[in-house]
Amino acid sequence: MIAEAGLAALWLAAALTALQLALSLGIAGPVGREVRTIRGVSIAQAVMTLTAFGLLILLFLRSDMSVLLVAENSHSQKPWLYKFAGTWGNHEGSMLLWVSVLSVSGAALALLERRLSDQTLSASIGAQAALGLGFFAFLLFASNPFERLDSAPVDGRGLNPLLQDPGLAFHPPTLYLGYVGLSVAFSLAVAGLLRRDVGPDIARAMRPWVLGAWVLLTIGITAGSYWAYYELGWGGWWFWDPVENASLMPWLAATALLHSVNVLAARGGLRAWTMMLALVAFSMSMVGTFLVRSGILTSVHAFAVDPERGAFILALLAIYIGAALTLFALRVAHVKEGAPFEIVSREGGLVANNLLLSVILGVVFVGTLYPLIAEALTGDKLSVGPPYFNAVATPMALTMAALMMIAPQLRWRRDSAAILPRLLPGLLVALAALVISLWLAPQIGLIERSALAIGLGLVPASLLPLIGRSLRRTPLATWGMVIAHLGVALSIIGAASNSAFTVEVLHAAKPGEQVQVGPWLIEFRGVRPAVGPNYTAIEGELRATRGNGVSVLHPQSRYFTSPPTTTNEAGIETFWNGQLYLVLGEEGEGGKWQLRLWWKPFVTLIWLGGAFIALGGLLALLGRWWKGRSNRTDKTPKRRKGYR
Amino acid sequence: MVKAKHQRLILVSLALVALIGAVLLAMWGLQDRAAYFVTPSDIAAGKGRDGAALRLGGMVVKGSLARDPDGLTIRFKVSDTKKETPVLFRGITPDLFKEGNGAVAEGRLGPDGVFVADTILAKHDERYMPPQMAKEASAK
Repeated sequence: MIAEAGLAALWLAAALTALQLALSLGIAGPVGREVRTIRGVSIAQAVMTLTAFGLLILLFLRSDMSVLLVAENSHSQKPWLYKFAGTWGNHEGSMLLWVSVLSVSGAALALLERRLSDQTLSASIGAQAALGLGFFAFLLFASNPFERLDSAPVDGRGLNPLLQDPGLAFHPPTLYLGYVGLSVAFSLAVAGLLRRDVGPDIARAMRPWVLGAWVLLTIGITAGSYWAYYELGWGGWWFWDPVENASLMPWLAATALLHSVNVLAARGGLRAWTMMLALVAFSMSMVGTFLVRSGILTSVHAFAVDPERGAFILALLAIYIGAALTLFALRVAHVKEGAPFEIVSREGGLVANNLLLSVILGVVFVGTLYPLIAEALTGDKLSVGPPYFNAVATPMALTMAALMMIAPQLRWRRDSAAILPRLLPGLLVALAALVISLWLAPQIGLIERSALAIGLGLVPASLLPLIGRSLRRTPLATWGMVIAHLGVALSIIGAASNSAFTVEVLHAAKPGEQVQVGPWLIEFRGVRPAVGPNYTAIEGELRATRGNGVSVLHPQSRYFTSPPTTTNEAGIETFWNGQLYLVLGEEGEGGKWQLRLWWKPFVTLIWLGGAFIALGGLLALLGRWWKGRSNRTDKTPKRRKGYR
Repeated sequence: MVKAKHQRLILVSLALVALIGAVLLAMWGLQDRAAYFVTPSDIAAGKGRDGAALRLGGMVVKGSLARDPDGLTIRFKVSDTKKETPVLFRGITPDLFKEGNGAVAEGRLGPDGVFVADTILAKHDERYMPPQMAKEASAK
């Protein structure tokens, strides 16, 4: 009965969404009416959607094999955490998660937003409902998660063992929250354009959503990158895989939006541009989801989906993105110009940041979709991989990092040569890094060298906004910027160091053999069988020594029975200045085991930087929230004006 | 200080320049960096003789997998049910790499007609084969 109840809840939620859209059309129209009704409806539909999602989780936890989705993606012998995570480890479940987040975001917007006029708020809730309707239709007509199976199997097929990892259990929800958080910015932009009400108020309403979504995307991408790094055993942290790009593109758009929203909120500038970015950011989320879900671009971890579903999502995309861009084109002339500023100013720096981010977004977008386009036009099958992305995106990213050394020092509206002394610390450190690297490591490539120099120079440069201020009175938003920019510096240093200084040794060793890997002497001690909760494994023992330090690592080859798969678990040991990363391969002739051994100096800075970036965003979000609360107590809310 | 109207014009042109720049940059990058996905039939028809980066996809022929004494180099043949291409790879093969499974080898065709792979991607099942091969496989 649970499955039927879940389906009923879904239908009810879809009906409520339609009602929400109808109501908002009524309220946002010429006659202003109470927003209260629509608030209630949007909360009710969020509750219904969450109920459906909760029931699906329950079905997975109970291993109800009479439900097709559970039988195909779960196994009664799995640890409960993976049963739980299995709910969204498949196409239908993840779409239901998507819709749930979309509904809850709409309800939260309806509940929490107090700045906007009733009409604009209603229009944005209506836009959110319009987005929801399409995805509800997709769930109900093309991918019903609650479908029953005629004859229930005993155990079920299981979950891809690669995906059986506690971190991964929460990776998709994090990304989805980020993707769909951007839907609110999209809806607000639609409402602003529809109501000809684009100004600082819309930007202030958007900002927390953009920040929150961006923080979650940052966490998701960072965690996903680390997962791929330690789970896949290839020693790489970013593969430019379509699925990774699918999450990177919304992040790039959201990063640009985050910066332009600040210009609009603080200075009233970049109005049309910010609305455009808000539309693009969620469009990128949808495009990303479409890429992953349709299985059109084969990838390591995309769920293959039948073409009908792909066509359905493609139609949804075309309708939503087409409609949004049309609306933008129709209304852009009505958007007021913002306050003027000089090229050398904070605004100028933010415009440059936005342009660079847009170019990076453009080249990633083209590179990701090019195989699709090429196949459609010429029939050629091709793949675009790291050589392309590294060549086009890295120089742009480094230019942006160099700009980050300068722009945060600039004042709003106009600035002069007086800021030059403030740029010195960063420049001096960068130059020193350049000289020292030329002297100590003449062999590394130009890109790595510049990245090291820029990354190191960005460390003092990003801390500068704190200099000469009372640290206790510095607003949290400033702290957020400083820490996030510092995070970018750390990530760049980590990535550059990993590219420039990694030592890799591929060797087939007999037990007792020793191999030198960078500063480490590694002795292969042999292998032994090991057993896990739902797998058996062969475990290698490797003893690594450097000076007096000794570490013992145990890389494994794991064999899962349901479904039958082998995975490789790298042996990883982290030190202050890098990571040892050891992979056990197969047994060859003469009792030799294949070993792939890496010493990766400072590689962990990549993800530490990501954590800093996310933390910075979180601090900025908290700062806004605090400020919003203290303002709300001493000022009458704006939306009351003109209603008395 | 420029007028607001002029400023908007400047910003719009900047945005356009950035957009066009991105497309041009992407096209320049794609010119020699997109790896074509080929099958053994394509190789037999003469593709890849220029030493361009390719992705060779197909099934690992049963009984073709041989290991060199160094314990790291493997040789095998990839087939698309019509033609076969010999492949050489030095390294640890991915977990799903088996005879009879689909695999994708990234690398270049050597002058001796042996495909030298830098990377091997093994795919879970027939869903990862190139579409036309999937059709043939399901027809069996």
